[in-house]
Amino acid sequence: MTDVLRTLAADRREPLPAHVGGPGARLLAAAGTPGGFVFVLVGALIVATALANPNFADPGVLIRFLGRTAPIAIAAMGQYFVIVSGEFDLSMAAVVTTQVVMAGNLIGDDSSRILPVMVLMLLVGALIGLVNGLATTLLKVPSFIVTLGTMLALGGLVRYLTGGAATGNPVDEFRQIGRGAVEGVPVVDVIPYPLVIFAVLAVAASWLSRRPYGRSLVAAGDNPAATAVSGSSVWWLKTRAFILSSLSATVAGIILVGYAGVHPSVGQGYEFTAITAVVLGGVLLGGGRGWVLSAAAGAFALELLFTLLTALEVASTWRDTVQGLIIIVAVAAAGRAWQAGRRPRRTPSQSPQALGRTTTTPAAGTDKRENT
Amino acid sequence: MRSRTLKGAVVASAAALALLTSCSTDSSLDDPDAAGDPGGGESSSSEEWFVQADFDEQMEQMDATFEGDESEPWLQYIDGDMTDTSEFADDAGGKKVCFANASISNPWRQTGWITMNQQLEVLQESGVVSEMETRDAQDDDNTQIDDIDYFISEGNCDAFIISPNSTAALTPAVERACETGKPVVVFDRGVETDCATTFIHPIGGYAWGIATANFLSENLSEGDKVVALRILPGVDVLETRWAAAEKIFEENGIEAVDYFTGADPAEIKKIITDELAGGEVQGVWMDAGDGAVAAIEAFEDAGVDYPVMTGEDEMSFLRKWEDTGLNGLAPVYSNFQWRTPLLAVEKIFAGEEVPAEWVLPQVPITEGERADYLAANEGMPDGHYAKFGGEDLPGYPEVWQDRVIP
Amino acid sequence: MKRLSSTGIVVTVLVLVVVVGAVLTAAEGRNFFSIGNIRSILTLMSVLGFIAIGQTLVILVGSLDLSVPYVASLTSVLAGGVMAGQTGNVLPAVLVALGVAAAIGLANGLIVSRLGVHGFVATLGTGLVISGYLATNYQGNHGSAPRSFRLVGATQVGPVPVSWLIMVGCALAAIWMLRRTRLGHHLYAVGGNPEIARMSGIRTWVPVVAAHVLCSVLTALAGLLLLARLSVGSPTIGSQGGYDLMSIAAVVLGGTLLAGGKGNVAGTLAGVAIFAVLDNVMGVMQVNPFLRDVIRGVVIVAAVAVYARREIDRRPAPFDRPGARTPSLQEASQS
Repeated sequence: MTDVLRTLAADRREPLPAHVGGPGARLLAAAGTPGGFVFVLVGALIVATALANPNFADPGVLIRFLGRTAPIAIAAMGQYFVIVSGEFDLSMAAVVTTQVVMAGNLIGDDSSRILPVMVLMLLVGALIGLVNGLATTLLKVPSFIVTLGTMLALGGLVRYLTGGAATGNPVDEFRQIGRGAVEGVPVVDVIPYPLVIFAVLAVAASWLSRRPYGRSLVAAGDNPAATAVSGSSVWWLKTRAFILSSLSATVAGIILVGYAGVHPSVGQGYEFTAITAVVLGGVLLGGGRGWVLSAAAGAFALELLFTLLTALEVASTWRDTVQGLIIIVAVAAAGRAWQAGRRPRRTPSQSPQALGRTTTTPAAGTDKRENT
Repeated sequence: MRSRTLKGAVVASAAALALLTSCSTDSSLDDPDAAGDPGGGESSSSEEWFVQADFDEQMEQMDATFEGDESEPWLQYIDGDMTDTSEFADDAGGKKVCFANASISNPWRQTGWITMNQQLEVLQESGVVSEMETRDAQDDDNTQIDDIDYFISEGNCDAFIISPNSTAALTPAVERACETGKPVVVFDRGVETDCATTFIHPIGGYAWGIATANFLSENLSEGDKVVALRILPGVDVLETRWAAAEKIFEENGIEAVDYFTGADPAEIKKIITDELAGGEVQGVWMDAGDGAVAAIEAFEDAGVDYPVMTGEDEMSFLRKWEDTGLNGLAPVYSNFQWRTPLLAVEKIFAGEEVPAEWVLPQVPITEGERADYLAANEGMPDGHYAKFGGEDLPGYPEVWQDRVIP
Repeated sequence: MKRLSSTGIVVTVLVLVVVVGAVLTAAEGRNFFSIGNIRSILTLMSVLGFIAIGQTLVILVGSLDLSVPYVASLTSVLAGGVMAGQTGNVLPAVLVALGVAAAIGLANGLIVSRLGVHGFVATLGTGLVISGYLATNYQGNHGSAPRSFRLVGATQVGPVPVSWLIMVGCALAAIWMLRRTRLGHHLYAVGGNPEIARMSGIRTWVPVVAAHVLCSVLTALAGLLLLARLSVGSPTIGSQGGYDLMSIAAVVLGGTLLAGGKGNVAGTLAGVAIFAVLDNVMGVMQVNPFLRDVIRGVVIVAAVAVYARREIDRRPAPFDRPGARTPSLQEASQS
């Protein structure tokens, strides 16, 4: 399979603009793409927030901010894999809630249960992802609907089983994962554990997306038929993406138990936040375009935006409006940038053959944003 | 095929036209279902939540004497107009109660709902009530209106209990229930009609705001900063809490900033952390204690002194309050009011008069009383409310400990 | 049975749900077909119905509309404010509501088609914008509907609420539009494959904008109906009903492809009816509210799975699929 892709890659006619020139030029070119631009956005937002609230520039404050954004960034990386493969995961918030409540009720005051329960939580997370993935790929139910169903079912089940409220917080040792930090670090004073977890997972995710799996997944999102023809089993590629997504929600849940404590509303809105973050990171809904680290950067950009609005003392009721406007503008700009940075479109003269089966030509993938 | 679709389209458009014309004739008909109070709905423009008269009334009620046995606060009331219920007197027993519930979507409502069901068990045993049919509107006005209409036409109800999802929207539906001539008990949030046999509620949101804001003002000095954590906008029982508190903070020169949190602890912790990064915070005010622990932990993690704080009588706050020893107050929106509606139904069918507006006591838990409430509620989950008032009901304490929700 | 259309399957599922519902209702000692029960089901259908018809058009053209709850809330408070309890103000109030909704739909449509923003993000964004406006300007209920207007929500012909009849009228109009007008055909074509639609000379942005405008206007009708039923405008009524995701679920349940290009309004109505019957029966059976969500979730996935399996079986013979008018329509079934 890898060979097939390599051959395909070698067959490309023109390199992407981002692949031309030296490191400096490439960096500039990268910043011009939506996936690169989000890093510029993050930088700009940090500066703006620091100007609005000078305390924010304090390394200790900044590192804590990064730490608390880690769970959203982790969730966004998980969501990335699903979105880049052309699907949606709306069940993320329900998975986070499930894991949070499980941790509270199963670990309780007994620190010896931490490990077994964490293993169980990861298994449950993987299982939910497996169910989402199989229902999407084998039952052919759109992932939007599958994960909407999972969201309702899981959310209801957790509340039903717990009577709507968890017993209480789990032991402090477990909560340290989300609440604690590496102490005594020069300059920044502390490094929150969630940030460490995020860094490890970011490296892993970035590695994974460069592996054949990651590349096939993007290909599957861009053009499922061609990927299938090239010998990949699309259903298993996508199912693994759903498992990754649920697992990332599980990790976010573990961190959130520590950060915020057990409550059935922990994680609410995570599905839309994660999708928004991914989209802010320049990843195309509909699949086939985007970088995993940009998705994570999108999460940081989103949270920075909220912090900036607070620092600017924007009335709490107006924040939704500002957020909405920025999402639209950012995505519109990103869409333009992908168009600009894209390899020149095939000439229309080739299209007649494509007429019958457009989904198998690369050109169709570029218009995927029109097709959920 | 083509002519068939054409015919279908013609029929369809003709039918649509016919429907549109026919409905205009219908709407001129006088339908008893729609017989609302035409004058009642015209008052509201964009509502400001602060109403001075209500504020003053609740301020007075906070110091009022309550009739009845102090050990059964759910039966206490402030002396006032009473509704004569002799017309409903009936020894036969075995009454069917229909309960239109707004939702059980938060720990406060869940705790009350459990208590209510245990109270139901008592009344079923004594034979007063044969069954209670419940429809849960899942926080939707439109659904609850339909629920009430369903009860009226299909429920075969002897009495209605309604916990309205919102005040103005449910008013016409409650009026329709009243028109059946059966007793109607409204509790928690009110409606804009006094047709109900009794309207049961604790003193109210202003009293909450007064108690909490006064406490913070007394324990803070002028110029101090209070962060107000509010769940969501637009709910009257929550808005009045903030309206009263905001006014008092203003009068006392306390700087208060408010946020909506959705009761999400992660959101609460972020807000407090950001506020602490921007400067000192001396006080925290909450319109409901759900998530209070996260607010306190934000102070711990930032390594600064605990604030003066008001939460709620939710166990998580009481426990954290004791652990930290911070200076606090637990205001109470009396959860035991969930017992009262069924007991009111019992009284109504016994022909005993009931208060037209049944104002229940609403007394905050102070630091001095905290230990007693913690001891009394040991083993209860974090989402349990200390003043739930079900200690003498069957199933205590397991049902509340396990949060058995029917 | 073998050549059952997608709508046929949905209707079959609906009949099945009704039969099971009737049996379960009878087991509770109630009559499913009593006037009060039928009225309750049809009332529950009305609001979601309006929105789902609009959502169908938007999905057919290949977009999504997540802003519907906020549009419904906004139109309910705006119209309530203009009416202010006076019968004479009903017409201007309705016009204001429809006008504002059309403008929002126009904005949605232009953002999707001209700025190239995916419908999911565009309407999530506009929804947030409206939600902020509502939270800032309306603290609680606003305005009021006069009695004459409330009659729209409270009048019935036998067991059938007038609001339901209006909703069905809108559905028939939408069906006619989709089948008989150029706009309808273009909607399918653009939803099926925008590239081909473009090359065959369709200005692809026109159907997209039209679908979004119609969706918002239909949502405004839902908002007006909610105003009539509640008698006051409510800035949160749309979110209370969760109409964004439920309308999309109803559309897909009704056999419309989420990717666009294939589907119809009749199926959507059946999908809405399935939800209404399901909710009604669970209400009669007093199912725990938390468990209700579990059942809803499972039913949505299971029902769509039944339909989706059929689609796969039918793959080999794509040409006699109903609604397959142009080659581009068949494309949609592959995505």
